[in-house]
Amino acid sequence: MTQIRRIEGRGLPLQGDDIDTDRIIPARYLRAVTFDGLEQHVFEDDRKAAPHPFDDPRFKGAAILIVNSNFGCGSSREHAPQALSRWGIKAVVGESFAGIFFGNSVMLGLPCVTASPDHVRALMALVEQDPQAVIRIDLEAGTCEAESLRCAVSMPAGSRDAFLSGAWDTTGLLLERYEEVNATAARLPYVAGF
Amino acid sequence: MAQTLLQKVWDLHTVRPLPTGQTQLFVGLHLVHEVTTPQAFDALRSRGWRVARPDLTFGTADHIVPTGDRRRPFLDVLAEDMMASLERNCREFGIRLAGLGDERQGIVHVIGPELGLTQPGMTIACGDSHTSTHGAFGAVAFGIGTSQVRDVLASQCLAIEPLKVRRIRLTGTLPAGVYAKDVILTIIQRLGVRGGTGYAYEYAGEAIERMSMDERMTICNMSIEGGARVGYVNPDETTFAYLEGRPFAPQGDAFGRATAWWRSMASDPDATYDDEVAIEAGDLTPVVTWGVNPGQSIGVGGTIPGSNGGGPDSQAISDALAYMGLRAGQPIAGTRVDVAFIGSCTNGRLSDLREAARVVRGRRVASHVKALVVPGSAGVSRAAEAEGLAETFREAGFEWRGAGCSMCLGMNPDKLEGNQVCAASSNRNFKGRQGSPTGRTLLMSPAMVAAAAVAGEVTDVRELVDR
Repeated sequence: MTQIRRIEGRGLPLQGDDIDTDRIIPARYLRAVTFDGLEQHVFEDDRKAAPHPFDDPRFKGAAILIVNSNFGCGSSREHAPQALSRWGIKAVVGESFAGIFFGNSVMLGLPCVTASPDHVRALMALVEQDPQAVIRIDLEAGTCEAESLRCAVSMPAGSRDAFLSGAWDTTGLLLERYEEVNATAARLPYVAGF
Repeated sequence: MAQTLLQKVWDLHTVRPLPTGQTQLFVGLHLVHEVTTPQAFDALRSRGWRVARPDLTFGTADHIVPTGDRRRPFLDVLAEDMMASLERNCREFGIRLAGLGDERQGIVHVIGPELGLTQPGMTIACGDSHTSTHGAFGAVAFGIGTSQVRDVLASQCLAIEPLKVRRIRLTGTLPAGVYAKDVILTIIQRLGVRGGTGYAYEYAGEAIERMSMDERMTICNMSIEGGARVGYVNPDETTFAYLEGRPFAPQGDAFGRATAWWRSMASDPDATYDDEVAIEAGDLTPVVTWGVNPGQSIGVGGTIPGSNGGGPDSQAISDALAYMGLRAGQPIAGTRVDVAFIGSCTNGRLSDLREAARVVRGRRVASHVKALVVPGSAGVSRAAEAEGLAETFREAGFEWRGAGCSMCLGMNPDKLEGNQVCAASSNRNFKGRQGSPTGRTLLMSPAMVAAAAVAGEVTDVRELVDR
């Protein structure tokens, strides 16, 4: 049960709406029985096609990914947040996130927080100006700070509490009271075949 | 108090509210396949856990299976490794598996319904975003990631946050040549690829009520492309008639009891919704995507939009057009295609193949087009062969393949090459989606793919078939 309350690190701005999981990690790298080494292929096709922030030496070692809206749309592949996390990303700030991507990230202890479009734009500009700027995200206070910028960030309350309490690694919690699981199953007529 | 189906299913499956505020939700059916489960089974093994409810878990192989030469071991050693891993895991943990060579094998979202595993009022989870397909039966069906697969295997539960419900009412009657695929592409175009975030979509209205289960599945399948993790249709007589006699559906007297319960799970007539949208079916036309997300689409008679005006999406539009090699102001009809792909969990069912075959019959695939039909399951394949559809496709110059995900997603030998343009009945036109980093996808209905295959370019299918 590792509590995640504050995350800090340098920023990595990645512009664009609707960045899908096929772009984060192309499907050919899902042909494996482990997640090992996925970070080597993060955004591989985009990085081959054009200069990319993930290859920009100014952002080397950055831990806070900054994105626009509907980041992580598309498939349910956990390989996407796995690849980002293994690359060294510790949190993502964006205008909005696709539902499955967000849920997968919670399971990995990778908080994705939303900020207003204006604040995301300002944060991206700040990091472009000063790649060394340290961004501090406080999940409890719901704030994101970097130099003179201070803005509100949020996430659904249940997930936020899961990070703060350390219950984001849910398996233990789900296994805690198995008699209640059995009681639920018992009231579902289809489980017993009607 | 009047409730929606989502609320009824949610309440009934709630084990307890978790201290975090999430809900611990019981999963009634867990479908597993080779891509998103190996790491989850390894996690169980390393902690010495068993699968909580192997009786509520069912496996098949679809994403990585070759659709041509299916001999083992596969030529792709990575694919062989995944296949062998699924077989070992199902054996070791006591899970039923419709593996390669099994007469029930197929795309997980095709076989669940086909076998009668998918039923109204259930919660269903699977490590695949198109799990929303099963909502066509009035189930609440989630796509989940591998860590959640681990949770469901270990506990038969998910920790999840509640969803709002948007009812989308499809009024009127669909014109001839306009299909369920055109309906869902229109919904995504109108509400946007982010419009459904945080929502379940309830599809209702007389045009939905008249639809077959296959058509409802096509619509629910692509809820996720509209940002909605869950999509569903209330169960009705069409649903019950489809399920009767299927191998895992209740049999005999139990079927009657089941029907009564299923009926009770439908949304109450006076239920309230977080949002409502109405769409008139009579206004719809065949739809084709021109961009790199499923919301970037137009009617087949339309012209490709431009980025002028400098609106919020202008950068996205110009990026998409540059990738697609298309020009603003051009008609989409007449766009040359190199490949035609009929198949996938969206449109790989028997009725899809029937509609495509109607277009193809007596015609030939254009000489520059590579065309393939990939049935969604071994069962669909057998039925199509029995009806002579396979023969129709072969005679026209299509390749007739074995069941699997095939060219939808670039994880098996069926891939685009270079910057080929593919008319596809699948669900995603993302950059690189079909296996070539520069490959280009035009999404459309299976009948429209068939029309593109024979014409060699995007063509209005309504011009090729008798109305």
